[in-house]
Amino acid sequence: MTDTKLSMYQLYKEIITDYIRNKSEHTLYSAQKLSMEMIEKDMSPEEMVSLHLSVIKEIVDDLPKEVVDSFDLLLEVMIGYGLAHREHLSLRDRQRQLESELNVAARMQKSLLPNEPINVESLDFGVVSVPAGKMSGDYYHYIVDEHGNIGVAVADVIGKGVPAAMCMSMIKYAMDSLPEQRLQPAALLENLNRVVERNIDSDMFITMVYGSYDPREHRFFFASAGHEPGFFYRNSTGEFEDMETKGLVLGVSPKIHYKEYSLQLSPGDFIVLLSDGVTESRVDGDFIEREQLTEIINKYKHLPVQALTEQVYRELEKMQNFQLKDDFTLLILRRNV
Amino acid sequence: MQVQTHVDIHSEWGIVAARQAGRKLAREIGFGSVDQARITTAISELARNIYLYANKGKIHIEEVVSSGKRGIKVSAIDQGPGIKDVRKVMEDGFTTSGGLGAGLPGVKRLMDEFNIDSELNNGTTITAIKWLR
Repeated sequence: MTDTKLSMYQLYKEIITDYIRNKSEHTLYSAQKLSMEMIEKDMSPEEMVSLHLSVIKEIVDDLPKEVVDSFDLLLEVMIGYGLAHREHLSLRDRQRQLESELNVAARMQKSLLPNEPINVESLDFGVVSVPAGKMSGDYYHYIVDEHGNIGVAVADVIGKGVPAAMCMSMIKYAMDSLPEQRLQPAALLENLNRVVERNIDSDMFITMVYGSYDPREHRFFFASAGHEPGFFYRNSTGEFEDMETKGLVLGVSPKIHYKEYSLQLSPGDFIVLLSDGVTESRVDGDFIEREQLTEIINKYKHLPVQALTEQVYRELEKMQNFQLKDDFTLLILRRNV
Repeated sequence: MQVQTHVDIHSEWGIVAARQAGRKLAREIGFGSVDQARITTAISELARNIYLYANKGKIHIEEVVSSGKRGIKVSAIDQGPGIKDVRKVMEDGFTTSGGLGAGLPGVKRLMDEFNIDSELNNGTTITAIKWLR
């Protein structure tokens, strides 16, 4: 017997002897603590059964033969439990390994998103993007070009998790390879659609809205590929308008023409782009209404835009008991002056 | 003297016979009751695999001696369909999830050495050894 087994044997013997003598809860508690140590030391159920038998044989004289024999059966059954236990441990290790791989992948994915803040005097900009799992099927993008125009995009891969995330990274590289059309929304979507159509499975769909803000005219040009409509907040009326658009999702057909729309922004007006994880926030099993969402935005619209997006996220997260069903992305662009 | 036993597996009776032979030899070699039960379970799994997937085959059980150590070697030989993806059947959770028992990863865990050779349409040979400590 190894030293550990020997000390286990001694300890267990003391516990049983003690328990037989005074049947105290205190002794049972010691046994519970011993079981933790045994599990910690990788002692299998079958070894435990065998330990029990040898101890009981030692302290009880003339143990009935039937009782001793019955342990053969218990041992046989415990082998199965022991195997299941060891398999569980090995699967747990495997899960930890997968988890850490996913963490690395999630960090890589985050690095695909822009991280420099936008510094344009007349604009206030904010974005929140939170994956439902470790990796996101949502993508957002913003850039300021040499003319001072601001390009913004929100894309949503239908589905979530790793496959959606891989698809999302392709969108990022496809966008990087199209610098020429960057600020012409409809043309950009048409080009992107060709890339997506050629490169992804027909059962994967991507919706996307792309917009370009011209800070000299304060005009926002945008086009959408089947994406969740955004909101336009008009400061003069205090009302939210749906940014209704037409356009097929990316990747369905190689030649698609996208229609371009535009909005004129006055000071205090703002544009809300989002993924369907926002509007499909589920409260008590039902999707929230778009009006409920605009009410929440309205409640925090006095805040700087970054704080505004974060507050909206926090509120929706709380309404859903902190369990996101889908990736969540909310991007807001406001004209200040 | 080294002992060798062959058991034909073509029914559940064969599984029981193989278990019996394995337990007997394990006891003779000097394995304790826990290891006897482990070796028997491993034999049982191997024999069941033959019965379930190849219909018939053989289990060989023998004593082995290597560099002063004594052990028991179990071989399961069949001419069945073979295993298409060995890596897959050696994965944890592949067979157990369907309630099919410990599976080959279980056999590997119960024994000290494990080797598998399988050829599609030509059968499978699995050998496993447990050493006396």
